[in-house]
Amino acid sequence: MIEIIEPGLATTVQDHGRPGWAALGVPPSGALDRSAHDRANALVGNAPDTATIEVVGGGLRMRALDRHVVALTGAWCVGVPMDVAFTMEPGDVLALEPPAEGACTYVAVAGGVDVPRVLGSRSTDRLSRLGPAPLGRGDVVPVGGASEVCVAASPPPGLVPPRAAPSLIRIWPGPRTDRHVDPLGHLTAHAWEVGRDLDRVGIRLTGSPLVRTRSDELPSEGLVTGAVQVPHDGRPIVMLADHPTTGGYPVVAVVDPADVDLLAHLRPGDRVRFVLVSGAATDEGIT
Amino acid sequence: MERAQILPYGPRAVLVETPWPARCARALADLVGVEEVVPGACTVLVRHDGDPRTVARVRETAGTVDGAGPVDLDSRTVVIDVVYDGADLAAVGSTSGLSTDEVVALHTSVEYVVAFCGFAPGFAYLEGLPAELHVPRRSTPRSRVPAGSVAVAGPFSAVYPMASPGGWNLLGHTDVPVWDTTADPPALLAPGTRVRFRSVSSTRAGAT
Repeated sequence: MIEIIEPGLATTVQDHGRPGWAALGVPPSGALDRSAHDRANALVGNAPDTATIEVVGGGLRMRALDRHVVALTGAWCVGVPMDVAFTMEPGDVLALEPPAEGACTYVAVAGGVDVPRVLGSRSTDRLSRLGPAPLGRGDVVPVGGASEVCVAASPPPGLVPPRAAPSLIRIWPGPRTDRHVDPLGHLTAHAWEVGRDLDRVGIRLTGSPLVRTRSDELPSEGLVTGAVQVPHDGRPIVMLADHPTTGGYPVVAVVDPADVDLLAHLRPGDRVRFVLVSGAATDEGIT
Repeated sequence: MERAQILPYGPRAVLVETPWPARCARALADLVGVEEVVPGACTVLVRHDGDPRTVARVRETAGTVDGAGPVDLDSRTVVIDVVYDGADLAAVGSTSGLSTDEVVALHTSVEYVVAFCGFAPGFAYLEGLPAELHVPRRSTPRSRVPAGSVAVAGPFSAVYPMASPGGWNLLGHTDVPVWDTTADPPALLAPGTRVRFRSVSSTRAGAT
């Protein structure tokens, strides 16, 4: 078991989430940076979907109450071993300072975080409040049995480099590009600044607002992770894992799936630009 | 007439515009390569494996969907007992030029169908609301609408599955659990489910 001495700003349990329930209004949830989450699991010999602790903005202090094999990936924290499995003896304390670059660090423990599943997942959904509550001071986190786990002698193949905020994000056209003045041109021509109130639901961007060409309401329609939605004030919101399943604001673009993991490392004040995936500007494949 | 229009949504999804979202979603859900379907008010979001053949399959199948036949294979209709004591019951009546008894009579007079879910787990948008009860959302949402609240806004009615902020007009409440993560399925109301409301005076409301 692991005791949470201090949780940090936004620390939750995450796995691959609960996709497949969106038709009932359930967000997909799951680790914001799945590659980093999966690599942390691989380093300690866990299956990829095993629950880890997702730490956004650092600040976690935790004490091992038993002997545990642990690995850290994602945004690098100073003074702790990163991207390697290491052993914590009972009483050992791990402290994650806020990372200098990037935002999201994964703590994998051999055996996995063993909290109850909801709809098949141990992920905390901050929007719909499904899954375990965010970790708090004094919480004792159970860890699954690790007797079957085998920690590889050398790091598993594949590399997740130390994460930093992306400066460029690739996008594809979304379904509603007919409600603003040249929305894709506008999105890609300007630099955007990440707003203060970003969370697992979405990233709010400030910058030159998109200009509406029509004011009629759009009936609610489905959303995906990475969708770039534009509310009435013209400031885009990029949907993250805990996004609502439907929305009535137009989606003008979608972040390329390969860049979604990087969104986890954006922080308030970061500046970012969008670039259209080449060949995506036309309706290729969609006639 | 174009039955379904396919709009781009990145390399792993498309948005199908259709007059029959629940039926269309049902038709697309089991196609090879389709990972998930999410009906909306007039659309179906289809997440897929990225294969152009999957998109072609989706386009072809969406084109065959029409308004004929029942959506839900289940022949039941869910009946929800409601105590009509909502905070906005009188206001809805007055906006529509109806007494509260007339509002209740109208709300309970029709069979609704779940068009789609969204906003929160288990929140089902019920279509079929009589036109006289189509009132806009409140201009100022409430910061807390109790779980079980039965409400109307625009052309839809709904039951709030959990306490949440909300801007719909509250007609009453039910004790029926419309969302329970330990139940299978967890949602009482899913796209295509048929629903009727029944007025009761007691707070021990239930569903049959």
